[in-house]
Amino acid sequence: MGNEILKAPIGGTGAANQDVFSATLQELAATDRNIVVVTSDSRGSGKLVPFGKKYPAQIVEVGIAEQNLVGMAAGLASAGKKVFAVSPACFLTARALEQIKNDVAYSNNPVKLIGISAGVSYGALGSTHHSLHDFAVLRAIHNMTIVVPADSFETTQAVQQVAASEQPYYLRFGKKPMPLLDETGETTFQIGKGRVIRRGSDVAIIANGETVFPALQAARKLATENGIEATVVSMHTIKPLDEKLLSELALECKAILTVEEHSVNGGLGEACASWLLKNRYHKPFDILGIPDEYTVTGSQVEILNHYGISESGIASRVKTLLNTLT
Amino acid sequence: MEATKDVTLTLHNSLLTDDSSLITHHLSLKSREYRRNILKYIYKAKAGHTGGSLSCIDILNVLYNEVLNVSPETFTSPDHDRYIQSKGHCVEALFVVLADKGFFPESDLETLCKYQSHYIGHPTRKVNGVEQNTGALGHGLPMSAGVALAAKMDNRDYRVFTLMGDGELPEGSNWEAALTAAHYKLDNLCAIVDLNGLQITGPTKDVCNTEPLDKKFESFGWAVRHVDGNDVVALKEVFDALPFEKGKPSVMIAHTVKGKGVSFMENELKWHHGVPTEEQYKIAMQELSPLTPDGGI
Repeated sequence: MGNEILKAPIGGTGAANQDVFSATLQELAATDRNIVVVTSDSRGSGKLVPFGKKYPAQIVEVGIAEQNLVGMAAGLASAGKKVFAVSPACFLTARALEQIKNDVAYSNNPVKLIGISAGVSYGALGSTHHSLHDFAVLRAIHNMTIVVPADSFETTQAVQQVAASEQPYYLRFGKKPMPLLDETGETTFQIGKGRVIRRGSDVAIIANGETVFPALQAARKLATENGIEATVVSMHTIKPLDEKLLSELALECKAILTVEEHSVNGGLGEACASWLLKNRYHKPFDILGIPDEYTVTGSQVEILNHYGISESGIASRVKTLLNTLT
Repeated sequence: MEATKDVTLTLHNSLLTDDSSLITHHLSLKSREYRRNILKYIYKAKAGHTGGSLSCIDILNVLYNEVLNVSPETFTSPDHDRYIQSKGHCVEALFVVLADKGFFPESDLETLCKYQSHYIGHPTRKVNGVEQNTGALGHGLPMSAGVALAAKMDNRDYRVFTLMGDGELPEGSNWEAALTAAHYKLDNLCAIVDLNGLQITGPTKDVCNTEPLDKKFESFGWAVRHVDGNDVVALKEVFDALPFEKGKPSVMIAHTVKGKGVSFMENELKWHHGVPTEEQYKIAMQELSPLTPDGGI
């Protein structure tokens, strides 16, 4: 299962990032009995049923109890286990926020928090099941690295790297199949270093997670239809932010647009804006995300389309931004 | 509770052999010394949770001197017994015991609650001997359950103890962990409830009644014992009986007196985090003097 997913064709229809996560973890568990998954009745959504069948001694079920999920994960990690605490991002980062803050980050227990079905992945299930706050709340917690991979390559790399690290992390995954993003042939992945997917000097589109692919589509559309060349960055690590790359983008491009499946408040966009302004990079800048309102109802695609987090919506926002230069 | 006291008395009498008399004498003196130090450093810091630290100190005394397999030398060993203080606000009790056990020089406590000190009003791992950073309530039991589960997974023999206040029991996370601990048959886990009956707003039974507490834990699949939590002999006897039942986590409901050991602090709500005046401090230290035959113990 794992290999099939990991070898999804470049640019083709790949696997969902959270499925790649579970496949990668299964491969790691084969040689490391200290890998432990803790779930809150979430092994089905997390595609961890095969993991549980293959490594029953390495999966801990706590039932629907997210506070206990994170508290126990912290205890397991303090005793030497390499713990992946897996739960829908909406519950994990809200219901168990105090446990994340105190038991994981403050106590420095190296739990890997895995938020699945993130953003508006759950679509019509509504706001209770959406996580549009997780970047904001976790950015404000010291000792928490936030990683949002865009495709199967980034996901595999991220999971391998956090498994080998003795720090706390939050990894956020969606459940939509994502194609491999490899336009520049960039084959390295390092947590804390943004990945340039496409290069162009007119505008920089900084996205993460499942929004990187529509950002790339928009860049291609802008090039073909408008002669606008866009750099597209997968800023998979929101914290710590890749300040060096941000600086380069600000110098190379005329304008910057950020895109995220998160509230416009407190996420990737505001993280970039804050750094750019503090460092005197005064460029035309805009944040595309979910506005501060009761989110429109519908499927994930319908919600994202509604707010312009789509090929045409991102392209349109870029043109509006560049128009401010003339 | 009356029945428990009778049992305690019987145990007490049965332990009065020469060796156990010595242990009892030693523990009693330690409790008195710890109480003096709790007051000393709270008085110096002009801050601290006086009443609760005095109610739970006998429990920590017996744990660190008679029960836990831990020392400064073994603290980093994977096999050492763990103690996680869920009622983190009573950190003064923990600090004076850790200092006495050699985890750090007692003089460090001169910096309690001072600018840039690691010795703050709740346990942090920056202090040698502290297992987990606590302070927000309802966190000790879930973390302890995780550590206990790791011991089972690794076939290690260490045990995990957590001290909870009766006031923190309404936190739902405790009961989430209580379910899981029983589900995974964590008989290497022992929770101790410091049941002093008072919390910052008033009597715990009036704020949010948790009784009958023993039946609640029993129904969650735990083995329960009551104990006089200020009687070092009774405490040792009950700790020696762990696990209370094979295959079940154990909970010790320790009936204690808030402010125990200082006459004017006992069962007085204002001493939850009251700091003594100079005059009160002198009277308290006199009552707890090692030269006083029965200084409130």
